[in-house]
Amino acid sequence: MSRNLVGFASASQNKPGKRVLPGFALSLGISLLFIGLILLLPLTGLIMQTSGMSLAEYWAVITDERVVSSYKVTLWAAAIASLFNGVVGLLLAWVLVRYEFWGKPLVDALMDLPFALPTAVAGITLAALFSEGGWYGQFLTALGIKVAFTPLGIVVAMSFTSLPFVVRTVQPVLEDLAPEDEEAAVSMGAGDWTVFRRILFPALWPALMSGVALSFTRSLGEFGAVIFIAGNMPYVSEITSLMIFVRLQEYDYAAASAIASVVLMASLVLLLAINLWQARYLRRLHGR
Amino acid sequence: MSRTQSTLRIGDQPWVKWSLIGLALTLTLLLLVIPLVLIFAQAFSAGPGSLWSNLTDTYTLAAIGLTLFVAALTVPLNLVFGVFLAWLVTRFEFPGRKVLITLIDIPFAVSPVVAGLLYLLLYGSNGWLGGWLADKDIQLMFAWPGIVMVTVFVTCPFVARELIPLMQQQGRDEEEAAVVLGASGWQLFRKVTLPNIQWALLYGVVLTNARAVGEFGAVSVVSGNIRGETNTLPLHVELLYQDYNVAGAFTSASLLACIALLTLLVKSFIEWRQARQRMPVSDQSDSI
Repeated sequence: MSRNLVGFASASQNKPGKRVLPGFALSLGISLLFIGLILLLPLTGLIMQTSGMSLAEYWAVITDERVVSSYKVTLWAAAIASLFNGVVGLLLAWVLVRYEFWGKPLVDALMDLPFALPTAVAGITLAALFSEGGWYGQFLTALGIKVAFTPLGIVVAMSFTSLPFVVRTVQPVLEDLAPEDEEAAVSMGAGDWTVFRRILFPALWPALMSGVALSFTRSLGEFGAVIFIAGNMPYVSEITSLMIFVRLQEYDYAAASAIASVVLMASLVLLLAINLWQARYLRRLHGR
Repeated sequence: MSRTQSTLRIGDQPWVKWSLIGLALTLTLLLLVIPLVLIFAQAFSAGPGSLWSNLTDTYTLAAIGLTLFVAALTVPLNLVFGVFLAWLVTRFEFPGRKVLITLIDIPFAVSPVVAGLLYLLLYGSNGWLGGWLADKDIQLMFAWPGIVMVTVFVTCPFVARELIPLMQQQGRDEEEAAVVLGASGWQLFRKVTLPNIQWALLYGVVLTNARAVGEFGAVSVVSGNIRGETNTLPLHVELLYQDYNVAGAFTSASLLACIALLTLLVKSFIEWRQARQRMPVSDQSDSI
């Protein structure tokens, strides 16, 4: 998803005109068939299931106390995780772009590990690391910090799985940044921190925001990594995705669908907002 | 590699530079390297003999088989779809083009559990389509077809997402020239388009494969977790972990981690190639 940043900039350069190239009908047919069957048709099941409920029933299910606690835990954990990733991701992107050091290609390649590693594997690994006797857990326990089986564990899992987003959205922008403004400011005697705050940060800000938003969206939906480390205690460390799962295991399909419709709506709104945001600042970036 | 070092850049004083690099390396070590080491350390913790018996356990082998089978069906399907969709949205102008590009992002934004639920609601025996299929004795959910279907859903954006930015950037001039010179559609694709996009295509395939092999949330909703039958490798990891067979769980996890590492390796290789291609000839000879 981070690729839209770089991707659609040149769209406007394509001249509309006569269709010289073959395959329009074929590729349109296959694409529409696929999108219809794979992406849109399954939505009808959810719509039919929830439309069978009365508004009062629907409202009761999605505002159930346990479900509302799960929204709160999920939102808070995702917010903290994506802010953490904003700071750490900016630092990592900065170091990878601006400095040369031994082992840099390896570090750069490793950045994508959380995307490549299956979430269940990430989940059991983090649970093992942060459990009381684990490699990290033993030190944290000595400090009186408990991570495994607490909401903090959820934050850890979400941070891990969405770490690459900020790095990979900020990195290309930082690479392409024109050096003139920075050079001018430095040669006029501005301090490093001032130059960063007043010149570089404003230029990086849109990409950073996109990365944080993508990280937040991903964290809201994260399931595999979280359930192993969260402890999944109702009202305390139960995420909304798990709530859907629990309702399904109770064979309460209607309740599962109602909660899922809330999650789906939230993620679609976020997706749209991110796309609009990226389109807007791409225009600003290339419109000059 | 990119810009020459100059004094007109911030953050280049040795103490700033090295403390930032040190911080970044520490974070990389703690967040990425040690978790990776832990997976393999745990897999080997009970000795090579038990590693082998864990690997060749009947249920593990069945899970590996099913996982490979699912990937073998998913990857070609999404490859074909991705190429056609990318061709459609980068080579033709038509109303609704932007909508298609946004729609394709849906699987990235939707929580995997919600994705699984959508399919369960439609094709499960309670769904409108599933009920009709059940009358014909066709069961898709809680069986391998369901697993393949949700995996196709979850992984369908990857190939298209890799191809679209690249094909947009390359433009359609070469292809239009080929058509004018009388190339047929297939010749055009094989001799002009494919050589230009082969590396991005390969990376898209590798990403699709990594996610198809590792998908957990969506698959766990539709799988039914029947050992030896509908258990994929990530689900098997969960089962073993919940059985307190930690070494066994990490053995299967280490197989998945190897696929993840292979994915990173392919990505680095492709990026290395692209960097070489972009370098002018004189630079290239200097760097050797």
